[in-house]
Amino acid sequence: MNAISSIRLFVDDQPVDVPAGASVAAAIATLGISFRRSVSGQWRAPLCGMGVCFECRVRIDGIAQQRACMCPVHDGMRVSTHE
Amino acid sequence: MNEYYDVLVVGAGPAGLAAAQAATSHGARVGLIDAQATAGGQVWRHDVRHAAPSLARRSIGGALTHSRVDWLARTQVVAVETGSLFVEDPRRGSRLDYGALVLATGARELLLPFPGWTLPGVTGAGGLQALAKQGWPLAGRRVLIAGSGPLLLAAAATAKRHGATVLGIYEQAGADAVRRFAGSLWRWPAKAIQAALLRGQLAGVPYRCGSVVRRALGDSTLRTVELEGPHGIEQVPCDQLAIGYGLLPNVELAQLLGCELRWEGAHPQVSTDIWQQTNIDTVYAAGEVCGIGGRDSARVEGAIAGHAAAGARSAAMALQPRRRHARAFAEALRTRFALDARVYALATPDTLICRCEDVALSDMDGYTDTRSAKLATRCGMGACQGRICGAALAELGRFSGGGQRPPLFPARLSTLGDTDFFPLATIEE
Repeated sequence: MNAISSIRLFVDDQPVDVPAGASVAAAIATLGISFRRSVSGQWRAPLCGMGVCFECRVRIDGIAQQRACMCPVHDGMRVSTHE
Repeated sequence: MNEYYDVLVVGAGPAGLAAAQAATSHGARVGLIDAQATAGGQVWRHDVRHAAPSLARRSIGGALTHSRVDWLARTQVVAVETGSLFVEDPRRGSRLDYGALVLATGARELLLPFPGWTLPGVTGAGGLQALAKQGWPLAGRRVLIAGSGPLLLAAAATAKRHGATVLGIYEQAGADAVRRFAGSLWRWPAKAIQAALLRGQLAGVPYRCGSVVRRALGDSTLRTVELEGPHGIEQVPCDQLAIGYGLLPNVELAQLLGCELRWEGAHPQVSTDIWQQTNIDTVYAAGEVCGIGGRDSARVEGAIAGHAAAGARSAAMALQPRRRHARAFAEALRTRFALDARVYALATPDTLICRCEDVALSDMDGYTDTRSAKLATRCGMGACQGRICGAALAELGRFSGGGQRPPLFPARLSTLGDTDFFPLATIEE
């Protein structure tokens, strides 16, 4: 088992620790928070995992409409869902 | 920023990495771009908890550490002009000029609509694999794998390695077809070894042929999957459903450049000659974008494209027999995992087809072409730009995909507004 360093970030102001190199999507899923609501109000979460479907869009460090599956985490990152 | 590369490679999977390495061996200065943060593409995607296979490590290391290769991660193509790509990374937009361009844009999953497919907890099969490798929590979670093709085995193995309880793999193809596919693997010994390894890793995981997922059930998240197999209908409680019906080429950039496409079934792929050269002299294409063939054909075509793009046709010529052998595998894949009629009948009138704009199947009744359906329903006009619903509708035989216009992906206004490098004219028309 390799020692994997961990990163602390905040999703909707809740702290979460994930392995270095993990995606924002993984951090959100670790907390069990849902990602976003669709235009008709349905809950949505990642589908494709590779940046194609745009179902995982969240606000990251103040920038809206970021694909959570494409963004690696960094220490102190602030993510907000449901926008 | 404005850079010139003798050879510019789009996509850092097996094809792109091989192209970059081949081109540098002739002294070319190479730019290698990828939308992802790490190189490897989907098949060699970086795993935060497990070491990469040695071939992946060698291929990635060999290309990225070369002094004549500029590795540009998290860089996405927004628009094109003759001899230039306009790209965006998390910080800024730039123009990259090239002598030759190699398109190694790979493939994405074919995701087909069925009732409940929009529920959180439902992902692609390769989708779940990608998420797991990036740290998505699977430990102790009940995962059901379904859809079609050998990718299901790889997805199941990844899920298991990350601690999931894999309830079963449900393949839509019949047992005879799967058996005939397995029986033909001796022609590709590396594939046969890979299959044997996967079978070992998946000991104890049920593999059921002739089975389709009819519905995913749950309120705000997935709770149960309804399956139809040779012995009838059953409901299986689970936490994640990973379901994919195979792969399709990412041709959008090629299309925007004006490359000639040909159709394989419902989906386009890039047409090339034996040098991997497209109808545009300076543009080459290699790997999955030229038709789904897997990692081995991607590697050899990438190398051919890299040599040819650097002007070294004799090196490219020597690889032709390997290319033909690897490509024959694609044919076996396609014929053995052809989709069953049941798969096409899963979506009901109220099943959402366009997930970005929440457009149901019945909303599109009466429209016979993409353009009128888009104008009337907004289908395909959301953030994914029709990448998911467009492919699904083409596969279901409703409409074929439309053309491409810039921006190729949603881009920041600051990128689009910087007229120093961005061709506004291409947006306005």
